[in-house]
Amino acid sequence: MTASAFVFWVLAAIVLGSAAVVVLSRSLINSAFALLATFAGVAGFYVLLGADFLAAVQFLVYVGGILILLVFGVMLTHRIQDLDLRAEARQLVPGLFVAAGVFALLTAVATRTPWAQGPGRELSATTADIGRAFLGKYLLPFEAASILLLVALIGAALIVRKREDA
Amino acid sequence: MDALLRLFSLIPGWDQNVPAWASVTLAGLVAAGLCLGFMSLGPVGYVYVERKIAGFMQDRLGPMRVGPWGLLQTIADTIKLLFKEAIFPAAVHKVMFVVAPCLVVTGAFMGFAVLPFSPTWQAADLDVGAFYVIAIGSLSTVGLIMAGWASNNKYALFGAMRSAAQIVSYEIPAVMSLIVVVMIAGSLSLQAIVGEQAGGLHNWFLWKFFPLNVIAFLVFFTATLAECNRTPFDIPEAESELVAGFHTEYSGFFFAMFFLAEYTEMFVASAMAAVLFLGGFAAPIPALQTVGGFDIGPVWLIAKAWALVFVHMWLRWTLPRLRVDQLMHVAWKVLLPISLFLIVVVGGLLTWPATANGFPWDRWVGWLLSALLFVYLATTAARAWRWHARQVREAVA
Repeated sequence: MTASAFVFWVLAAIVLGSAAVVVLSRSLINSAFALLATFAGVAGFYVLLGADFLAAVQFLVYVGGILILLVFGVMLTHRIQDLDLRAEARQLVPGLFVAAGVFALLTAVATRTPWAQGPGRELSATTADIGRAFLGKYLLPFEAASILLLVALIGAALIVRKREDA
Repeated sequence: MDALLRLFSLIPGWDQNVPAWASVTLAGLVAAGLCLGFMSLGPVGYVYVERKIAGFMQDRLGPMRVGPWGLLQTIADTIKLLFKEAIFPAAVHKVMFVVAPCLVVTGAFMGFAVLPFSPTWQAADLDVGAFYVIAIGSLSTVGLIMAGWASNNKYALFGAMRSAAQIVSYEIPAVMSLIVVVMIAGSLSLQAIVGEQAGGLHNWFLWKFFPLNVIAFLVFFTATLAECNRTPFDIPEAESELVAGFHTEYSGFFFAMFFLAEYTEMFVASAMAAVLFLGGFAAPIPALQTVGGFDIGPVWLIAKAWALVFVHMWLRWTLPRLRVDQLMHVAWKVLLPISLFLIVVVGGLLTWPATANGFPWDRWVGWLLSALLFVYLATTAARAWRWHARQVREAVA
């Protein structure tokens, strides 16, 4: 087993194990903190693939932003200690169907796509290329995404602001 | 790490007998060990200096009894702290209670990986170095929240939540003012950023587009000061309200870890400010870069960082603590607009043809816009002062 394969399996074990904790844990706070390991493991995959910028973004956005806000939200929830999250199997049969469908779809994609194989490309900086792509070829989708985020931001501010009339 | 690898190949027969992965791993371990030693011994000095500074500012002598001028006081305190029993309160979440301080220290320590002490003395010259330091800092934040939660104590939880809100808010102006430097240097690599500033005091980014970058430096310094949870931004551990904030329940070695992380973060933040604006390891006068053929870059970087650490301590014993709403006001309504403004103006100045038609446009535009910025700052300050005066009047009446 090569070193990179070994690292891959270790990372895969971390990501899958912590993801299982996220889904199966009955305490919301345990799930939230288990997400930390999942996000960090995915960042590890990016490093393994030589995507240094993407790994840093993954860490900054998911660990530094989303996870902290998530934990924040959990802590602000009223009487979170007493809350028992039991995953009730209410719609077992339809759920199984959906899960099987998604699994079949992903398996088909994973096995039929002609993946690029062979030795990994030479490690090189990716930041400049990403920047050029964003502000060159993909400028319009990039700007559209930023406008979408801006709208979401304003919408959130509008929802939480103090109402003068009420 | 390159320096270490070259050092290894000086040993006869090293390159032939030791596989490449082993020597890279060994070099990494040695580099990490060096940084770890520097990190863990640092606080002994910092605490002594801080107590002395506090003493002098309050017209006292500070520690004087143990050793000459009290020099051995913090060594004695450290030994005492390490041998104290680590108390686990009955109702804490055992696993998180232990993991939390480890995460905080890890997050603080990982910043060392990209700090450039000289062209060769750097653990890893990441191409995304500046970005990495910001990203890795979030690990400490998660650790703080975890500590607050695991303590199962309302004061600890309040402290943790305040700290999270504060760090998330102040991260934004810190990153925005960092972008100003990144735009000027054209790279995220800390090595490249320092390289652009080599050749003397006048090349430092602090003076570029004067006075725009001075403002960017002040924004960055204020924001990182807040991220270190130091006074005047220390409401996460405000003693008068929250006992000790997120580390209320911690004692002995675990408490020492939070302390270690705080001082390490302070050093890393100061070193980052030195790298971004004060030329990093580049000497203020090129003649002083080498002494007797040796590159003394590390000495310069550490000296600059320590000078900024001193400013951190100076502010701590000078300024009172901010209130929560004032804290948020400073981050979102003062620092953020200023840094956005700086990004637009510096970006414009960088793309503008420097001396179109032989006329120094960039200077003039820079001066004009910074005059506008100063007017804005002055009116903001005046408004804040009037608001404060009204509050005082109403309180008296």
